[in-house]
Amino acid sequence: MTTPALELRQVRKRFGRTEIIRGVSLTINSGERHAIIGPNGAGKSTLFNLVSGRFHADAGEILLNGATITRRKPFEINRLGLARSFQITNIFPRLSVFENLRCAVLWSLGYRYSFWRNLNKLADAEARAERLLERIGLTRRRNIQAGLLTYAEQRALEVGITIAGGAQVILLDEPTAGMSRSETARAVALIREVTQGRTLVMVEHDMSVVFGLADRISVVVYGEVIASGPPEEIRADSRVKEAYLGQPAEAT
Amino acid sequence: MTALGELHFRPLNVGRWVVWGFTAVVFIAAPQIFTSGFARALLSQMGILIIFALSYNMLLGQTGLLSFGHAVYSGLGAYFAIHALALIGKGALAFPVSLLPLIGGAAGLFFSVVFGWLTTKRAGTTFAMISLGIGEMVFAASLMFPAFFGGEAGISGNRTAGPPLLGIDGLTLGPDIQVYYLIATWTFVCMIATYALTHTPLGRIANAVRDNPERAEFIGYDAQRVRWIMMMLAGFFAGVSGGLSAINLESVGSGAVHALVSGGVLLAAYIGGVLFFFGPILGSVVFVFFAFALSEYTPAWHLYLGVFFVLLVMFAPGGLASLILLNLRVAKFGKFRRLRDPYVGVIGTGGLLAAGIVLLIEMTYHQTLGIGSGSSVRVFGFPFDTARGESWVFGALVVAAAGVAFEYMRRRFKSEWDAIAVEIEDWRRDNPEQDQ
Repeated sequence: MTTPALELRQVRKRFGRTEIIRGVSLTINSGERHAIIGPNGAGKSTLFNLVSGRFHADAGEILLNGATITRRKPFEINRLGLARSFQITNIFPRLSVFENLRCAVLWSLGYRYSFWRNLNKLADAEARAERLLERIGLTRRRNIQAGLLTYAEQRALEVGITIAGGAQVILLDEPTAGMSRSETARAVALIREVTQGRTLVMVEHDMSVVFGLADRISVVVYGEVIASGPPEEIRADSRVKEAYLGQPAEAT
Repeated sequence: MTALGELHFRPLNVGRWVVWGFTAVVFIAAPQIFTSGFARALLSQMGILIIFALSYNMLLGQTGLLSFGHAVYSGLGAYFAIHALALIGKGALAFPVSLLPLIGGAAGLFFSVVFGWLTTKRAGTTFAMISLGIGEMVFAASLMFPAFFGGEAGISGNRTAGPPLLGIDGLTLGPDIQVYYLIATWTFVCMIATYALTHTPLGRIANAVRDNPERAEFIGYDAQRVRWIMMMLAGFFAGVSGGLSAINLESVGSGAVHALVSGGVLLAAYIGGVLFFFGPILGSVVFVFFAFALSEYTPAWHLYLGVFFVLLVMFAPGGLASLILLNLRVAKFGKFRRLRDPYVGVIGTGGLLAAGIVLLIEMTYHQTLGIGSGSSVRVFGFPFDTARGESWVFGALVVAAAGVAFEYMRRRFKSEWDAIAVEIEDWRRDNPEQDQ
């Protein structure tokens, strides 16, 4: 059996006296597109924050490609090949769109903290940033300050920064939140394209997106995974229907 | 006004070599145009402050770290340089005096490695407060250890010590003009080095950390490490400026590490504009003008500097650099002609208003501080008698009349300026590809 890309074993997290994550175990295989769904406040974003190192779990273990990352810092986890996006747009607002992407490729290209190289002569970093610009459809906005982009454009940039470093495991937190129908369609196409051959874990509320993209779905309710499986299985699961999905799932 | 970050200083556009070449010519020609000893002393001070302010802006503008204790690194750099100078004088150290700034830089680097490890753990207010604390601590230490810091008198040296520069007889660094050119050379080199730094992976990631430290960590960078390295580099350049100051003044006192110096460099950088590389350079020139030139003429220079600073922060938060770039943009769009008359009006009435206010301030200062020197005071070359009511009435009338005229002109200027800004924004929205 191959090592799973991401594995959570009995992960727990409490804030004050409230336990938000109550023993989550989850296995995500390499190359899989996995959606995490659940009602508001179920702990989906907290789960992402634990996996990406923003918070540390109180108990349990998190493994990336078989190696534990439970106590690692965000930049260490990123260097091990996991990148994430944020529910609330989290970009470098005063840098240009291009600079946002170029910054995001620097570490993976091995430039680290170097202050003896001319950034403008790093052809590989520039080429990669330009290609990313094209893929996320922001070439025309290349020199605009990122903070001045429209909401949908910022979301696209958010995805661009996340995939820039070439991480094999990508976490997207509500990538289509707040988008119009046509914007969502474009975003889904983008996500499908850029995560080709990688492992994708996403939190998403839009059921058409979830059932359109995901190979497997996990349902989180009150800090626990109540079901995990392929879309048709989740659709048919009575506990899921009862706890969360209800009518919208039938409709799609 | 548009967001300031949109404006960029791109020497490449105007020709990098032209800009640096022009700078070099200015550095070479300045003391030949301003030949008095006083003017040359000012120019030397400007060079030293330019390095210090550029170093400061590596933290503030580029990494988003507001430091209240940057004098620690320039001051300690100056102390180590002056001790080295003393050793050279005794023949105990064979080191060229012209390279003493490297010793200052090494000291600045060393202390920023040590203190930076502490301060850079956090950004924002925490960083600012710790930097203030370290500044106080080092100043207290400077009074506690007179053997190293020289107590009240400080430490003195003689810059003509050692062999002449480049082995050329006569280049003893004794004459002020030789010191000026030494400082100018160092300033020029440091300007190129700090500018180059803004175009390196570290320099750009420092901007990213300034904008959003959390996101920087999720693209693989340790934000604390980035701040720390930037701090070390800034400490080095601060130390270089301290070393030059030691050569220039041949004496270093505990004032060198005082919070006043830290505050001064903050003002200088901010006046010029921290979001632009050349901002602190402009700011240093203006600051030296206030602190060293204006202070020769009036004890009220602190007040003028304060008022100038407040007005600038309120009306041009991007500093002088942003004012220049905004006007250049208007000119680039071929609309500057429309601003010419409004500018004449605003500057004319504004100048008159400022003159009236200066008159009142100078008379007040004279009356309260100039006791015993008679009631007559010269302002702008004209004598005014503070004992006579007419002087005060005259001053008040000038202020009132110029104030009304200025307000009228200001509104006229603002409506024209805003109209142009809207036109430019519209054009940019319609032509996104051609936008620079």
